[in-house]
Amino acid sequence: MSRPTPNPTPTEQPFYDACQRGELLLQHCNDCQHVLFYPRTHCDACQSDSLSWLPASGEGVIATYTVVRRGVSADFPAPYIIALIDLAEGPRMMSQIIDTEPEALSSGLSVTVDFESWSDSITLPVFRLVLGQIP
Amino acid sequence: MRSQALRGQYALVGMAESAVGVVPDKSPRELCVEVTLNAVKDAGLTLADCDGLITCNAFAEPILYHAEAVAEYLGWQPRHCVTVNTGGGTTFMAINMAVAAIAAGMADTIVVAMADSLRSYMTRDQAMVVQSSSGHPHYEQPFGPTVPAYYALIARAHMDRFGTTEAQFAEAAVSCRAWAHQHPKAQKRELITVDNVLQSRPIADPLKVLDCSLVSDGGAAVVITRRERAREGPHQPIYVLGYGEGHAYEHISQAKDLTTSAAVLAGDAAYAAAGVTPDQIDLMQLYDCFTPALLIQLEDLGFCPKGEGGDFLASGVTRPGGSKPLNTHGGMLSHCHPGNPGAMFGLTEAMLQMRGAAQERQLANIQTALCHAQGGIMSSHATLILGVEATL
Repeated sequence: MSRPTPNPTPTEQPFYDACQRGELLLQHCNDCQHVLFYPRTHCDACQSDSLSWLPASGEGVIATYTVVRRGVSADFPAPYIIALIDLAEGPRMMSQIIDTEPEALSSGLSVTVDFESWSDSITLPVFRLVLGQIP
Repeated sequence: MRSQALRGQYALVGMAESAVGVVPDKSPRELCVEVTLNAVKDAGLTLADCDGLITCNAFAEPILYHAEAVAEYLGWQPRHCVTVNTGGGTTFMAINMAVAAIAAGMADTIVVAMADSLRSYMTRDQAMVVQSSSGHPHYEQPFGPTVPAYYALIARAHMDRFGTTEAQFAEAAVSCRAWAHQHPKAQKRELITVDNVLQSRPIADPLKVLDCSLVSDGGAAVVITRRERAREGPHQPIYVLGYGEGHAYEHISQAKDLTTSAAVLAGDAAYAAAGVTPDQIDLMQLYDCFTPALLIQLEDLGFCPKGEGGDFLASGVTRPGGSKPLNTHGGMLSHCHPGNPGAMFGLTEAMLQMRGAAQERQLANIQTALCHAQGGIMSSHATLILGVEATL
């Protein structure tokens, strides 16, 4: 078993290139202004193929989360925290919340993006709790 | 089915279950062959009387042309032969495809057979990895989600929104186990309490191991045919009254709503086609891959108001002796869960209850049953409503 590593398509490559630079990019639809995630060839609101990459704030809130107590494989030592993050720009994304005690978590808390190197060519967006919040 | 035109026109006339739980002596293909033959025999037929086969592929023994391979093994050349894969929802989508195939003249009498051996023909790690591979390879899997973790995300959302508690999720496991206690073939039969569930091993908060369905071997098959032919068989026919589907997304991170599923769409379509309402359902056979999934289906299929699934389960109405019997074989939480064939046992149990052949756990006067299954992470849903002759 090797850990699952994205093998981006040409469409997805700008997202991963930006992650390598420490930047979160999202696709915006030039026709209906919908903000997309995950990256696509067509807008999932209006099916337009006229899409532009724009920088995202990296801010979001926890929609829901779980502390995984039994990891999916030896490559994922438990515990670790998986969450669905509602990004400030609208889309929802799955990620990990890092450097946080499980007891400090609750839905609705604000998080901010960070980046973790995953392989020579892939860096992934992860999130940290914004400090100073009361859970 | 969008109208009642097909209501009562097709019926389940044969059924068979293999041994379930730990069944190392037969491969998934051999189990599929066994239940195919036994279901045909149960219908009072021979393979020569049947002209259709619908199967589902097996994780533990994938075959490129699965249904053809099963038919070939039996030396059988059915007129209609197809493999269906819609994950956990395959069972009822396959029944609907059988109805559609018969209605279209593609076959007259069809066997739907499914079997898999996640327990004996895969390691636990292999089973875990193959199931979690339903996650998006680029935008979910790199973060290490397990299947219980996907459902834990849904459970947490339901707790946050409606105040549902871990103890209420646990009630689903307790109820299913109480039924399995009465089933001699169930994989897990010892009674459990809410405390047992709460104190069991944490898997993905808030889910514990007893909130999770089993990992099993097993298979089951049913035979479906036209009403006129169904009445010639040795058992009372169990009629298809209505069917519906709902498809919302594939990956949980793309769900627009984490606490209301497309089971609403599937149920509404099935009720309309059957001409019945939830209060007219005598037996519920729902998809209990994880306790929160069962709780949300009770709400989405109209058995209790939205957000009140926890109270509904805690009231005890779904347990033996209750007024709303649910998963009377013990469900996938306690009877068995061999993967995609899991819901087949909800279907065969409904047939046994409606035939009056459920032995120790037989209920009085079951005239209608609602069977539901889902594929993915509460992604795609299929609802089948069945009735006895008196409901036509």
